[in-house]
Amino acid sequence: MSDQRRSWYEAGARERVAALVDAASFTEYVGPERREISPHLRLFDLPAQFDDGIVVGAATLGGKPILVAAQEGRFMGGAFGEVHGAKLTGLLRAAKATARDVVIAFDTGGVRLQEANAGEVAIAEIMRALIEARLAQVRVVGLIGGRAGCFGGGGLIAGCCSTLIVSEQGRISVTGPEVIETNKGVEEFDSRDRAFVWRTMGGKHRMLIGGADVFVDDDAAAFRDAALAALDRPVRLDLDTLAAEQARLERRIARFGGAADATQIWSALGIDRPQAVPDLPAADFAALAATRRESADDAR
Amino acid sequence: MTPAEILDGLFPAGHAVTRDGDLLSGRGTLRGGGGVHVVGAVGHAPIGIDEAIRLSAAILGIVQGGDDAPILFLADTASQRMSRRDELLGLNEYLAHLAKSLQLAQAHGHRTVGLLYGGSAAGAFIATGLACGTLVALPGARPEVMDLPSMARVTKLPIEVLEAKAKATPVFAPGVDNLVRIGGIAAVWDPAEDLAGRLEALLAGPEAGDERAAAGAARGGRPKAAVIADEIVAAARA
Repeated sequence: MSDQRRSWYEAGARERVAALVDAASFTEYVGPERREISPHLRLFDLPAQFDDGIVVGAATLGGKPILVAAQEGRFMGGAFGEVHGAKLTGLLRAAKATARDVVIAFDTGGVRLQEANAGEVAIAEIMRALIEARLAQVRVVGLIGGRAGCFGGGGLIAGCCSTLIVSEQGRISVTGPEVIETNKGVEEFDSRDRAFVWRTMGGKHRMLIGGADVFVDDDAAAFRDAALAALDRPVRLDLDTLAAEQARLERRIARFGGAADATQIWSALGIDRPQAVPDLPAADFAALAATRRESADDAR
Repeated sequence: MTPAEILDGLFPAGHAVTRDGDLLSGRGTLRGGGGVHVVGAVGHAPIGIDEAIRLSAAILGIVQGGDDAPILFLADTASQRMSRRDELLGLNEYLAHLAKSLQLAQAHGHRTVGLLYGGSAAGAFIATGLACGTLVALPGARPEVMDLPSMARVTKLPIEVLEAKAKATPVFAPGVDNLVRIGGIAAVWDPAEDLAGRLEALLAGPEAGDERAAAGAARGGRPKAAVIADEIVAAARA
């Protein structure tokens, strides 16, 4: 690692955009000066933020024109409300209209519950716009390694991306640990057992089962390099892609459906010391994953 | 209403739909003679990886079948299945795959119509009814985003506050009327009227793009979404 290493996990949305794209190439759409705040948060006496927790715009990456979005996990957990969601929907529709690839830095707890209905419908609109863009040959690259992880509807959006790049810190899940615990009890899911949470939902496990495509260190430059490479991958979303994904996901249940813990899956993948996986440095883990993981093989 | 009663109302010319656990599949016949594929997630069951993968298999099977008949997706589900096992195996991918399959079917010429007659919540709702090209509901449908105890845990707000807001705040509160106001549900079909006629009229109409934000603005439930999304598209094209 260079001396310039900057933690992706610690960075905010604007720092992530700056680290990702070419210097001075970013133009923001509906920026903070517009003060497009949530019309709903005042119902709960909650403070608003002028960008509603997401930055979207156009830039170049390695000289190639792209569209880019970054969620601010420090504002309401990066959750999707009406304005936040509309900015990403608009960006994905713009991607289809202008045939530009998209890079999304996820950092989200999912639907913003204070504006629950608007957030939930926004997730559905984002997924529709994302899939339409992909059907029109646009790449959508997701980056996951922030404090809020990528939960709830955010996890579903991530599952629609053409390529997912994760760091160890990048947790991906639908139901968050606290919600499972509230509904099903601490025996089903102990949200305070951090090691259990990370090996069940964290980036290493998602990489090993094929739920993510590229594993990087918690380093902004590593995310940039991986995003640049992902923009060169083949573009494809058609019946063959989804038939292959169907087979891939059926095989996962057949092979690992009886596992009670991630370590049993890692063992079944042929990893000799599965209990050592959480402590492996990123480079060592990436080397292990290269030979032992279930690859998604672009079937997503 | 039960699925059988709904199917009788929608397809007076006949239908053959079989139930396997909490999943439905089969075909209905329109009065004009055309066929409609029927897929369903019923019984108010949660949608986990095992249910989602069977639903996507059914949808992809229809696409591979090669006709262009519409797909009617009947829905009465709980939320996504909340469990250690489902998350361990990547439930987000299974639900996303189901949504992608529905949208691929639409791209292959199948109209997709979600009909919500029972409950649905959270990820299960997003990957089924809300992933269809058009979503309609019957009176008594019970869409929600999350149960109030879980909301209290996540938002750290007292449940008494949430219960009060749930009575008074459309953008927050569960229920079909609020989803209509937000634009998430296109219409509520009264079963006392002609359900078959409503379906036939919908299928006879043009296939539109995603009009949910515009509907939410027109109905006063979501004032900003459509304007902001349109503005970003215009800025990117400029």
